Amino acid sequence: MNDTTLERFQYDNKIVKYFGAATMIWGLVGMLVGLLAATQLFLPEANLGNPYTTFGRIRPLHTNAVIFAFVGNAIFAGVYYSMPRLLKAPMWNKTLSWFHFWGWQLIILAAAITLPLGLTTSKEYAELEWPIDIAIALVWVAFGANMIGTLIKRRERHMYVAIWFYLASFITVAVLHIFNSLALPVSFFKSYSAYAGVQDALVQWWYGHNAVAFFLTTPFLGLMYYFLPKAANRPVYSYKLSIVHFWSLIFIYMWAGPHHLLYTALPEWAQVLGTVFSIMLIAPSWGGMVNGLLTLRGAWDKVRTEPVLKFMVVAVTAYGMATFEGPMLSLKNVNAIAHYTDWIVAHVHIGGLGWNGFLTFGMLYWMWPRLWKTNLYSTKLANTHFWMGTLGIIFYALPMYVAALTQFLMLREFDDSGRLAYGNFLQTVVELVPMYMLRAFGGLLYLSGAILMVYNMVKTAKQGVFQATEEDQAPALKSNYESKGEFWHRAWERKPVFFTILATIAILIGGVVEIVPTILVKSNVPTISSVKPYTPLELEGRDLYIKNGCVGCHSQMIRPFRFETERYGEYSKAGEFVYDRPFLWGSKRTGPDLHRIGSKYPDSWHYYHMIDPTSMSPGSLMPPYPWMAENEMDYTDLPAKIRTLQKLGVPYPEGFDQIALEDLESQANKITQNLKEAGVEVMPNTEIVALIAYLQRLGTDIKVNSAK
Amino acid sequence: MYKEVLRSIENIEIYPIISLLIFVLFFVGVFFWTIKMPKDHIDHMKSLPFEDEKLTEDQL
Repeated sequence: MNDTTLERFQYDNKIVKYFGAATMIWGLVGMLVGLLAATQLFLPEANLGNPYTTFGRIRPLHTNAVIFAFVGNAIFAGVYYSMPRLLKAPMWNKTLSWFHFWGWQLIILAAAITLPLGLTTSKEYAELEWPIDIAIALVWVAFGANMIGTLIKRRERHMYVAIWFYLASFITVAVLHIFNSLALPVSFFKSYSAYAGVQDALVQWWYGHNAVAFFLTTPFLGLMYYFLPKAANRPVYSYKLSIVHFWSLIFIYMWAGPHHLLYTALPEWAQVLGTVFSIMLIAPSWGGMVNGLLTLRGAWDKVRTEPVLKFMVVAVTAYGMATFEGPMLSLKNVNAIAHYTDWIVAHVHIGGLGWNGFLTFGMLYWMWPRLWKTNLYSTKLANTHFWMGTLGIIFYALPMYVAALTQFLMLREFDDSGRLAYGNFLQTVVELVPMYMLRAFGGLLYLSGAILMVYNMVKTAKQGVFQATEEDQAPALKSNYESKGEFWHRAWERKPVFFTILATIAILIGGVVEIVPTILVKSNVPTISSVKPYTPLELEGRDLYIKNGCVGCHSQMIRPFRFETERYGEYSKAGEFVYDRPFLWGSKRTGPDLHRIGSKYPDSWHYYHMIDPTSMSPGSLMPPYPWMAENEMDYTDLPAKIRTLQKLGVPYPEGFDQIALEDLESQANKITQNLKEAGVEVMPNTEIVALIAYLQRLGTDIKVNSAK
Repeated sequence: MYKEVLRSIENIEIYPIISLLIFVLFFVGVFFWTIKMPKDHIDHMKSLPFEDEKLTEDQL
């Protein structure tokens, strides 16, 4: 041992600084957009009177900005700081690091431009269109390659638990992103999902659920396992627990996706599977939480004075609450209340604001002074931030829980004559307006706190000297490592590639069990002979529905409850969605379900309702869409759309792409004629005509059937 | 062939039970292994985050 020579090397702090700064900037942007969206829910005029800043389009902008820009950059900042230090080696390739940084920021910029323009796949948290998806895959692979390269060049033989979490996150997000984004392009900005209806829904929520798991949870657990012990200045409570925690978490998480689709048209077996595994998830999740909190044993006095630890304690507690709530929400009877209501919104914000937000803040407050070799500019400001953030979370979440229960109880109430007590959905929404105001106030508090942090960080940086690099030294790894009688997990910890493969297998088992049968077994989606492909005009209307993010407030999935079938009509069947690419079941009802809206109202009702929702539904919170009566469509992409759908197996007759425009025009003329009879003058090639065609078609296929 | 297997899955009672078994066995396995881990290794792993603060020679 004594003859070992020490190698000198330098950690790159500049990349950490850039990712950290990006975290703060995008964090403020994402929260601000969230605040704008929240305001529109009680003040529709806050959409600024144009399509680009209307709720349906900025809601995905908010979720993407917060998840991929704020949390994403925070992950990268933390990984680029902790990984080299844990492995005693600088990140493998600087060019790759910078490619990763600028590539990721460009992707965010592309998202910030395309989403308000309405270029979206409408699949939640995977809204970006295919060229951006490809860019994401490239940048993500660069990130992974950089991590694996660093592992190969490492000077510490064993991988600390944080690094397992980073690796598992990298692998799983890659798998999820690729499978969920499979689509056939129509043009540079439009594609149709490779899956349809029920299968699309299952793949999407397998993705959606696991994106929460492997983008918002596992990387942050890795960060927790590094930064919490650092901040508390004591090792993690139980390393054994972290092993059990890691393997069981990544093994179980992948199975639980279908709990997002309880009571939907998804096959029963998949729903049961989702519930069972969701309940089991409590164990590993709480293992992680307990491990985090107990790391502070004997250091609780520090929590009183040290803002970094305050943030981390609340973060870990919020993680514990959200991961208890999650499994509870997957119980069918609880899910019946929570699904489509503000409960889910509360749940994700406990996770987002509490776990991700606060851990990020804690990490930044810890890291920033070290990068500038100074002290935090103001502990007092940081404490103020802590309280504003904490109160912000409470003001956000509590009203949402109240709103959810209020609305659920109202929706399911029947009067003595056996009819719905609140037959109009709007009656329930109007009740929630005060809650929506309180929620926006909570968001404002949280955002203001974050602004204080940014100010504090700028001041901290100004009073210190930036350490672009940091020296360290360690002996090189010896190649003739004596591994006889070595314990199995210990052996894995020094074999990153083998370890990665094992982690991949663990995540794939759950994914395969869930996805393969649904994709392969035809009997899982019983076909209904009266369900026909969309006409060209309906298809264009559907694409407008997607473009404007209508799915953000309206579901198209009637659950088999009496209070739903009484309100909306016959419950939704799996076979009705076989031509839906993508599926548009939705996940939140700020407005009523639309699956059976077809032929419920005359065309003119829809026209007036879109121009000014309050004219048809006084008190409505829906934004008006007057521009849809003016925007003209040229339909040049129609033949390409038809051909793309034919390739995906939609049974349009051969050569239909050539006559599709004729078909479209004749249907458009018919609707225009209908509107004219009702006293509405509108051009047949305007957006509103296509949208009305689509809305009038919704859910009517099986009505035809029952009439026969 | 596997299409036949998948069809038989429609007896779904067995499905969650199999899942549960896989999970329990997996969990028990990991649990057992960690119990058997040597103490010195655990201590070394725990101390990894703190090693940028001191040299690592003594740990090798």
